[in-house]
Amino acid sequence: MTAKNELTKSLMASIWFMFLTFPIMVIRVNTVTDTIEWRWQNMFAVGFGAFFLSMLWRYLIRKKEMSGKKDSQSRKSPIYQVIRDQKFALPGLAAIAVFTILFPHIFSMYQTNIMISALIYVMLGLGLNIVIGLAGLLDLGYVAFFAVGAYSYALLNLHYGITFWIALPLGGLLGAVAGIILGYPVLRLRGDYLAIVTLGFGEIIRLVMENWNEFSFGPSGIANIPKPGFFGMELSLHATTIYIFYTIVALVIFTIFVINRLENSRIGRAWIALKDDEIACQAMGIDKARTKLRAFALGATWAGMGGVVFAAKTTFINPASFTIWESVIILCTVVLGGMGSIPGVICGAMLLILLPEYLRDFGEFRMITFGSVLVLMMVFRPGGMIENVRKTYQFKK
Amino acid sequence: MLKIRNIDAFYGNIHALKNISMDIEKGEIISLIGANGAGKSTTLMTICGVVPARGGEITFEGTAINNMATDKIVALGINQVPEGRHIFPYLTVMENLDMGAFLRSDARGIKQDMDYIFTLFPRLAERRNQAGGTLSGGEQQMLAISRAIMTRPRLLLLDEPSLGLAPIVTRQIFEIIKKINQENKTTIFLVEQNANLALHISDRGYVMETGSITMTDTGRNLLANEDVKKAYLGI
Ligand SMILES: Nc1ncnc2c1ncn2[C@@H]1O[C@H](COP(=O)(O)OP(=O)(O)O)[C@@H](O)[C@H]1O
Ligand SMILES: [Mg+2]
Repeated sequence: MTAKNELTKSLMASIWFMFLTFPIMVIRVNTVTDTIEWRWQNMFAVGFGAFFLSMLWRYLIRKKEMSGKKDSQSRKSPIYQVIRDQKFALPGLAAIAVFTILFPHIFSMYQTNIMISALIYVMLGLGLNIVIGLAGLLDLGYVAFFAVGAYSYALLNLHYGITFWIALPLGGLLGAVAGIILGYPVLRLRGDYLAIVTLGFGEIIRLVMENWNEFSFGPSGIANIPKPGFFGMELSLHATTIYIFYTIVALVIFTIFVINRLENSRIGRAWIALKDDEIACQAMGIDKARTKLRAFALGATWAGMGGVVFAAKTTFINPASFTIWESVIILCTVVLGGMGSIPGVICGAMLLILLPEYLRDFGEFRMITFGSVLVLMMVFRPGGMIENVRKTYQFKK
Repeated sequence: MLKIRNIDAFYGNIHALKNISMDIEKGEIISLIGANGAGKSTTLMTICGVVPARGGEITFEGTAINNMATDKIVALGINQVPEGRHIFPYLTVMENLDMGAFLRSDARGIKQDMDYIFTLFPRLAERRNQAGGTLSGGEQQMLAISRAIMTRPRLLLLDEPSLGLAPIVTRQIFEIIKKINQENKTTIFLVEQNANLALHISDRGYVMETGSITMTDTGRNLLANEDVKKAYLGI
């Protein structure tokens, strides 16, 4: 494409934009005096703005295509190279560890609470990453298992006085059971169909919780869920927050550990292979249904545990916390961060949860900024922030 | 070894296999030839349990395997190299081979088989850390066959191994197939459109037309048969 061609295209874009925004940007009807005000200067502003943005856009896309051509094979995310490099990895990890330990003492309770939410999403993102990133099953109803976990803790505590630490594995277990019950009939579906059915299932769980008053107390939800106790001791509000913070940090580390092991295990490779080619997997003797079901159940386990922590943190849950929007956000953390990549998902979750918090200053532009960041990410880094680079066998003599 | 008795198979209401019967004896190379769409691939898929068999019976060493799940059939020792190779494009050559050993846990034996494969296909040894998707067609076919060997099959089903390969590569592959049969006593069921080459290395052959077996004889006799010559050998 020639430069002239680019210029005409940008020009067309700017004219199109001027036309589109004409009614809102140029015409203003003054209802008091019944006159129309023509604000032509706005039209030029839009025109110039659109023209330059379009040029910039084209330039960036061009640059991206060029670099893609150069070395699409060997291009690795620089962050990954840093992580893999022993020289940086250890001090980096140590710095993160020190920062994490000190975090609740340096920052205010407000910040710590936000960080706890972010870490819950990290855990959910990592769990969903098993289902989507590793096994390639598009699950849009993931929040249902999150709800199962949260309600397990709330209800078990309400009726039987079960404490947080017992509820945590139970919530995970119940999540897994829900995953198996849903997964069993659904997993013979593929791709879009699976997405639609899981989407429906997510909503069904929420609607049941909303309407089954005797069981879940309907839209009014369940309040006064106890925060976790420290060996039976009652802690002050401040101390509890710090305690939950460390708990969720430990859980995230546990999650990372398990997923790391899974990835390099036989079942992990079966998932990756199943994503590539189902027919070949069958020829290798892999039980398709069982392998998929395991991914689904494992993913749901983490959602269930995340739900328990969530209920303990907020001390109040109702169905409004488990809308489709949550599923979408969790999905975004996985896709944006980098499917299948653990550091990617962690960064994705942090960004997606913290960004809207700290963008509050932008007021009503918050969601627009957020959306633009997402769109730009997907155009310029379709593999996610930290693209997954699979570890491969190296042949050693 | 494998007995197929009066099998029918359907895709919706397409009657793909009509009353098929076949016998495969231990240690043989059997080929199944026929035109495009005759039902050759469907026959293999039915043996593997991917396409359900209706009526009749399939037995493998005395065990009835129709109605069995595919992974159970693979565990019994039947392995298929599907048409179009189906290697894992994002896994390396080594990892592809390792997937073949998915059901095995004998690390020693796996290592041995890998070494055997690399003597069989030195080309694969050179490319062991390369992603499967970046191999040439011939190399991919070699990899697909090797991956199947990794399952230690007693009956190996090959679906059109010559598909899309240059004649010289095809000949190499066929030589290797013969070699695998002789060295490991692996029984081989070969589905081919390249009837000439297939019948040359086969002990016996079956001819299939629109879902039915129309002829069966030794490889040599089929090569000499006038009808086969006219229809499949282009002579
Ligand atoms: N998945 C499928 N769905 C419907 N029809 C199929 C399918 N696969 C094959 N067929 C039909 O079954 C018949 C046999 O196909 P196939 O066994 O693939 O033939 P061959 O391998 O001999 O070329 C053909 O008529 C084909 O159109
Ligand atoms: Mg075929």
